[in-house]
Amino acid sequence: MLVWSKAGRVLAWVTAALLFALIYGVPIGVIALASFSGQWNDVLPSHLTLAHYINAMRGDSAEQTQVSIITGFAASAAALICGSWAALALRNLMRLPRRVLDVIFFVPSAVPSVSVGLALLVAFSQPPVLLNGTRAIVLIAHFVLISAFTYGNVAAGLARLPPEYEQVAESLGARPFYRLRRVILPLVAPYLIAAFSLSFALSMGELGATVMIYPPGWVTLPVGIFSLSDRGAIFDASALTMILALSTLLVLVGLSRISSRAAVR
Amino acid sequence: MATPVSSQALRADDASVSEARSAFSAAAAPLLAGGRVRGIGFKDVTVAYGGLVVLASLTLDVRPGEIVALIGPSGSGKTTALRAVAGFVRPTRGRITIGDRDVTDVAPYARNIGMVVQNYALFPHMRAEENVAFGLRARGVSHAVVRERVPECLRLVGMEAYAKRFPRELSGGQQQRVAIARALAIRPQVLLLDEPLSALDAQIRRSMLDELAKLHRDLPSLTVLYVTHDQTEALTLADHIGIMRDGKLVAFGASRTLYRHPPNRFSAEFLGRANLLPVTSLEPKAGGLAQVRFGEAVLAATNPHGLPQGSQCLLCVRPHDLRLREGEGTHNILAGIVESVQWQGDLHAIALNVQGHKLRLTCAPLGAPPEAGTPLALAFDPHDVTLVPETPPEKPGG
Repeated sequence: MLVWSKAGRVLAWVTAALLFALIYGVPIGVIALASFSGQWNDVLPSHLTLAHYINAMRGDSAEQTQVSIITGFAASAAALICGSWAALALRNLMRLPRRVLDVIFFVPSAVPSVSVGLALLVAFSQPPVLLNGTRAIVLIAHFVLISAFTYGNVAAGLARLPPEYEQVAESLGARPFYRLRRVILPLVAPYLIAAFSLSFALSMGELGATVMIYPPGWVTLPVGIFSLSDRGAIFDASALTMILALSTLLVLVGLSRISSRAAVR
Repeated sequence: MATPVSSQALRADDASVSEARSAFSAAAAPLLAGGRVRGIGFKDVTVAYGGLVVLASLTLDVRPGEIVALIGPSGSGKTTALRAVAGFVRPTRGRITIGDRDVTDVAPYARNIGMVVQNYALFPHMRAEENVAFGLRARGVSHAVVRERVPECLRLVGMEAYAKRFPRELSGGQQQRVAIARALAIRPQVLLLDEPLSALDAQIRRSMLDELAKLHRDLPSLTVLYVTHDQTEALTLADHIGIMRDGKLVAFGASRTLYRHPPNRFSAEFLGRANLLPVTSLEPKAGGLAQVRFGEAVLAATNPHGLPQGSQCLLCVRPHDLRLREGEGTHNILAGIVESVQWQGDLHAIALNVQGHKLRLTCAPLGAPPEAGTPLALAFDPHDVTLVPETPPEKPGG
């Protein structure tokens, strides 16, 4: 404990609460209020209504929610499989190639998402691989953007795994795939779940690359929110934002419960 | 005068022990693979990492059913030797055999060894019984056999009541027992123990040491390679002890022989505390004894290594073999000045300066211990002390 006196602790908590309210609370509160607003011409909104949520549950907005969740799950699952595979494979490499590949895997996280979108657009707009205008290019963009984070999380988990577990398992007669299935993956499960959660959250909020490449009929929620804001439909955009935040939060809470159970073991 | 150490050379005197052990083996058959008792062989095994040799030309035989302890300071190569048997370290030269089978190029999972490591490495997401069953399931053993053998192994280590517990719900000693049960469940050809007690506190370690000794009495045909830096563990458990230093085996022999007659200075100092006094060998006496000169004193000691007359050597006297001089005897007397006296509960430890050399004596608690600065005369039985070559062996490992 850094602060020992009671008065000091109270002061620290009050300061932290004020900062939290200012940085996180006010923007979220404003969006939440806006999502229920009929009009907002004063300090507080007036003519509170659920109409924006009703709009969001129908038509294009409902479809966008569904598209976002599908894209998030699919891209996160693919990133989890590939990131875990890469992290497992790199563990047994010599130091130099491991470091080089480590840096390469992290490159997408250092490139602006707009650049990734542009790169995919340029790369896949001509035969032989023509993906422009397809759903696949959206999934690929999300996969590229989140895979570095997935890899990083899983690699960190594997690095913390004492080698004795695997060695003892091997000495007991466990072949590589059996060890992976029964020992390694259960032991790094909290990291896998954390990696999936982070990937899903990042995918749900991704806009920069998606807005450059999305095809008609595969519009994600952030693109929908951007379009509504662009057209001046701020209250509808706010309602969609709340739905986006809540649906992401719901999935993350569910995953964190699974992660906690895995960690306790 | 260095004496090369060979693991083979000290075997002949153990034949009777081996016969007795074989008789016991039959009784332990249910818990070991029938007819699969195997020894371990190191043949000129060298391990190097990027040019740095961590194990140099190790040649050693661990006979079926015996416990061999490898001891030595950190970095001496003892764990590397064990890991080479397990298959986690690949020798740059030499061969490793388990029984008649050359396992040098065999994957660790196909070697059929049981291994217990310092931190137990129980799988935290599995209950004790699942940990014990792990190796059996990995090998595709039938459910009926698993159901039979898991309780059997847990019973062997006294953990049957804890079968449903997760490792985090067990104490260090209990975890170690489960780890041993897990290693035994697969009926290994050999059991490798890598400092298995070093993570336990002193009291539990003593208790576990007794348990391991009992375990080997129950399973006398189990071959065990035991790596430790603790001489007490090695002396308590091992039939033979190998002492390692800088990647080399510098001494190997039956535990009692090695303790009584260490072949070099390092062995004498590492295996039990020893007083080493520089002496000159004089002339042989009857009964395997030799006369030596220490300053002005002429002393008698055993000369198991056959050190020739006139050679400079070390007189190895264990602290507990020294006694306070009583009466007027004149043979084997060492006179010195008391430097310190420590009462350690069950014994007194007295440090003396004898002709410029520090000597340590331990004895039962004294009613009137000597005071620092006072002269004191010590005596010893010549059969309890031994001459040790001054120069370490040049070609270890035999």
